[in-house]
Amino acid sequence: MTVNGKSYERLVEARMMLADFLRGELDLTGTHLGCEHGVCGACTILLNGEAVRSCLLLAVQADGAELLTVEGLAQGNELHPLQKAFHERHALQCGFCTPGFLMTAFAFLKETPNPTEAQVREAISGNLCRCTGYLPIVQAILQAASEPGEISSKSVSTPPARRL
Amino acid sequence: MPLMNLRLARPKVIIDINRLSKLSSISAGPNGGLVIGALTRQRAIERSATVKERNPLLAAAMPLIAHFQIRNRGTIGGSLAHADPAAELPAVSVILGAEFVLQSARGERVVRAEDFFVDIMTTAIKPDELLTEIRIPGWRPGLGWAIDEVSRRRGDFAMVGVAALVQIDANESCQEARIALFGVGAKPVRVPRAEGMLRGKAPDQKTLLEIAKSVSDELDPDSDVHASAEYRKEVGGVLTRRALEKALLRAREGKK
Amino acid sequence: MSQSYIGAPIRRREDLRFITGRATFVDDIKLPHMLHAAILRSPRAHARILSIDTAPARAIPGVVWVFTLQDIGELAVPVPMRMYQIPGLERYLQPLLARDKVRYVGEPIAVAIAESRYLAEDALDVIEVAYEDLPEVMNVRDAMRNEILLFEESGTNLGAVHEISIGDVAKAFEQAEYRRREEFQVHRYTGNPLETRGLVVQFDTGKNELTAWGVTKLLHYNRQVIASFLKLSEHKLHFIENDVGGGFGIRGELYPEDFLIPFAAMRLGRSVKWIEDRREHLMAANHSREIGCELEIAARRDGTVLGLSAKIYGDMGAYVRTHGGLVPCSTAALLTGPYRIPNFHCTVYCVMTNKTGMGTFRAPGRYESCFFRERMLDMMAADLKIDPVELRRKNLIQPEEMPYTVGVTRPGSNPTVLDSGNYPSALERALKEFEYEKLKPLQGRFENGRYHGIGLAYFVKNTGGLEPYEGARVVIGDGHSVAVYISISMLGQGHETAMAQICADTLGVPMDWISVFHGNTDQIPLGWGTFASRGTVMCGSALYLAAERLKQKLLAVAGKHLEMDPGGLELREGKIYQRGTEAPPLDLGDLVSLVRASATLNQGQPELEETAYFNSNQMTYSYGVHLAHVAVDPETGMLEVLKYLVVEDVGRVINPLLVHGQTVGAAVQGIGGTLLEQLVYSANGQLLTTTFRDYLLPSSTDVPPVESVILEEAPSPLNPLGVKGAGEGGIVGTGAALANAATMALASLGVEVKELPLSPDRIREWIRRRAAHLSS
Repeated sequence: MTVNGKSYERLVEARMMLADFLRGELDLTGTHLGCEHGVCGACTILLNGEAVRSCLLLAVQADGAELLTVEGLAQGNELHPLQKAFHERHALQCGFCTPGFLMTAFAFLKETPNPTEAQVREAISGNLCRCTGYLPIVQAILQAASEPGEISSKSVSTPPARRL
Repeated sequence: MPLMNLRLARPKVIIDINRLSKLSSISAGPNGGLVIGALTRQRAIERSATVKERNPLLAAAMPLIAHFQIRNRGTIGGSLAHADPAAELPAVSVILGAEFVLQSARGERVVRAEDFFVDIMTTAIKPDELLTEIRIPGWRPGLGWAIDEVSRRRGDFAMVGVAALVQIDANESCQEARIALFGVGAKPVRVPRAEGMLRGKAPDQKTLLEIAKSVSDELDPDSDVHASAEYRKEVGGVLTRRALEKALLRAREGKK
Repeated sequence: MSQSYIGAPIRRREDLRFITGRATFVDDIKLPHMLHAAILRSPRAHARILSIDTAPARAIPGVVWVFTLQDIGELAVPVPMRMYQIPGLERYLQPLLARDKVRYVGEPIAVAIAESRYLAEDALDVIEVAYEDLPEVMNVRDAMRNEILLFEESGTNLGAVHEISIGDVAKAFEQAEYRRREEFQVHRYTGNPLETRGLVVQFDTGKNELTAWGVTKLLHYNRQVIASFLKLSEHKLHFIENDVGGGFGIRGELYPEDFLIPFAAMRLGRSVKWIEDRREHLMAANHSREIGCELEIAARRDGTVLGLSAKIYGDMGAYVRTHGGLVPCSTAALLTGPYRIPNFHCTVYCVMTNKTGMGTFRAPGRYESCFFRERMLDMMAADLKIDPVELRRKNLIQPEEMPYTVGVTRPGSNPTVLDSGNYPSALERALKEFEYEKLKPLQGRFENGRYHGIGLAYFVKNTGGLEPYEGARVVIGDGHSVAVYISISMLGQGHETAMAQICADTLGVPMDWISVFHGNTDQIPLGWGTFASRGTVMCGSALYLAAERLKQKLLAVAGKHLEMDPGGLELREGKIYQRGTEAPPLDLGDLVSLVRASATLNQGQPELEETAYFNSNQMTYSYGVHLAHVAVDPETGMLEVLKYLVVEDVGRVINPLLVHGQTVGAAVQGIGGTLLEQLVYSANGQLLTTTFRDYLLPSSTDVPPVESVILEEAPSPLNPLGVKGAGEGGIVGTGAALANAATMALASLGVEVKELPLSPDRIREWIRRRAAHLSS
């Protein structure tokens, strides 16, 4: 598989969860586990361009796929507009849910580049945050959406969607 | 997957069917209907212009399912085979009169939706069968529809939900009504007595209230942490009334 | 004049690692040859353990050790109480692992250590435990009958009783023209930080030293207890806080796992990691809030409150945890709130049941007491036909009465004294910001299928001063660097930024010179921790003292070097200026080099640093108002919060960005807790809410954009910064405000909210019952 543009090949137990694989085998610990049953959204990553819960996938199911995790959002030292906006709007406190929100927002803005506030609220309703009360997260996503230029092209080139 | 993560399900063997790309497709069926492969992602159905054109009820049901990250992976066949009593698609498929194609090494058979759902998370699928296709009959012109649910939060499984289809004639009298509730029983619950009360009538508010009461009386749901049986009975009636109001309105507007 | 950092909405310097996925939460830590632990937890609520057979588990390849209480032997101690040790509670402490009996679903019985978590869980699957089931007792009422005893030796399920008596309540009730008695109940729920608990413990067998990560909140105290348990010297234990995914009072207290994992690491001489999953968290981490109250109010007909009499029942769960009787006692302590109520009597009952133990969750006892009192006041207002806002105005303590002595309300403590405040002003501000007069006509109105209601709640919240001290150490380093070491921990509040602001302003150096280090027992010798919104008050004040003293020291050294009177010097933006001259300033970096090279400057001490502790045994009190506008669908019981406002006076704001963030976050937690969250037990003691599908946390579509207004009208006289702390005020009034709003909305249906949560099922039930009652 390819993760954040880099290729990996590993042999794993069939029962290994994708999130555990990313965190354990590949040392990409930015993706977090909050519930392991698909509700909290902290484990959200992009698989072939679509936001998915990495706790609801077995690692082997991602064989041959292209993944994007939070570690792949910034280009070197250049932060993605979403990351900058989260910082500017104080859209994080403990930071545990933040990668999941960033990936969800990234996927959402690709599809809906000019959302209304209500659409943003709806889009992030599958991600839980215990600290911020959501208001600054919504504001950050709206701010990032209003940045000039194509938001998705500012980051790692997203792969063509491939059905798995 | 959640059941496995919680160690509540411990299958000895898992077969990942996600790569059977032939089973993922949306195409036009005979007489304005739809033929949908079982492995079609819910998100694809949600975005499909063909579905929106041909079946507004199915199109309306999709965004009610969980959240978009779940719908990116979840499939229509998966939801139907899982048969959660609070899920939208089983109830919708029942009132649409959908048919399911089951394939095995022994051959192929077609099961009607109303025979497919047997009990809580139990369907007519035999251990050696795979659900491969969902066939949805054509939409009749002038059909009124509605789907409504109450859940604790947006995207949660419904505490109570209703899907309704009504067919009215030139006098705005109801020829046929199909109502299925979800979240109130082991499988989608039809309410034949209530459906009967509609037949041949252009129901006024009083009739709708009587129908609501009849639905409440007919229902026999369980309690759980989110809602008591009594709540589900009551609200089942309320939602049916509201769904019928919307469906009849749509039917009347369709006639114009 | 240099810019002031204090009061500025400076963005957090901590953010970078979190937004790039490079933070280090405890599960991100990997040590060589690390083993993984999993805990076998009781599936029964109340049972005798007849036998435990761990042999099948030990036989699995890759499973290194499986141990029970027996293996801990003489080292075994119960988890101690740290606070509110009401006599009697010491009989109900939790053993590290169950031996003869289990008393709640989730109680730890055995620990499996293996090469991976997957294998450790496989081991748990095959441990065989034989139980003899006992009947369960699942509520306070049944427990107090003492027919089924959790602890036979104690002879009772009533752990302890505490009484508060202020003034003459009997006389007050005698003289009252109005009296009302009600029973209220707050439900069981808890904090649920998004990161579950975890520990990584490393034991160095060569040096006999132990290092633990994943610890937080109370590093020094916890280290002291664990050191004592392991029979090691305190200084051989290094407790290091890494990044923490929220705490809300739940994380950081001592639990059995905090003893078990270090024990395992020491015995095995290897690193051990333990991370709980969500299901475990829901059944093992502290529960909170389940308090019942029988409340009676006495008043004059004009609405002047004369007295309150209360019985408070705390459902403690099966074991008394580190907080002792804090939750029910704190419910009692501020029951009178911001009002002048000279006669107050309260009896607090701490009762044991077969549930997970109770501990603090954000504003423990305050959320509950605010609900009880504010509901009662609204009921009284309705009875006496007085406007509920007028009723508050009439009874609020006035500014000229400050500081206001409430009386002794905390067990074995000094009297509760409200330090400062302009309560009426906050009320007026809240009404104005909420546009209350404009919205008031909506009270009880039915529009588009829903009833509308607006509810108000006034709160006071103790902040800071709980537990006596906190410390800070400031060190000037080479190359324009200043290190600040603080004794409090960080669970997301942004202390790295706020403390840097305080240091920069006080010391007189640019903020970007400053690095803040926290959460390491090696860096500063003593401290208490981050809880009760005390971080900024206690540690900020300590930092202020340390920075101020260091500045004086730097000026003295510079004075000696320049052969000038230090009184003529000032330190600004990292440079020492001679007042009233054009002389070029002395750069602090140069001063550092001079001191390090000199044997005589700074009295021969090469390091320019200061350590200070701030002591306090008096609490500061923030205060404010919650206002909620709700709409309720009477047919489905669905309640929507349309508008929500919190006004809070925190005395002084260090960083408004952080304070607003805390307030909004707390309010959303409170709204979720009031409408959605609940820990539900079956009649036979099974916890039914063990996943996030059943325990519902609020999401972005469940809450309106919460507005928050922060006031600084009444700084605290109790510390040099004047701060009162923030972080909990936003949650205190949520239950009360929403319940008052729902009652207003459903007034025409005769519903009076006396219990939480405000779930659709319950709202329908109350409407149904009222309708049945009226028709009978």
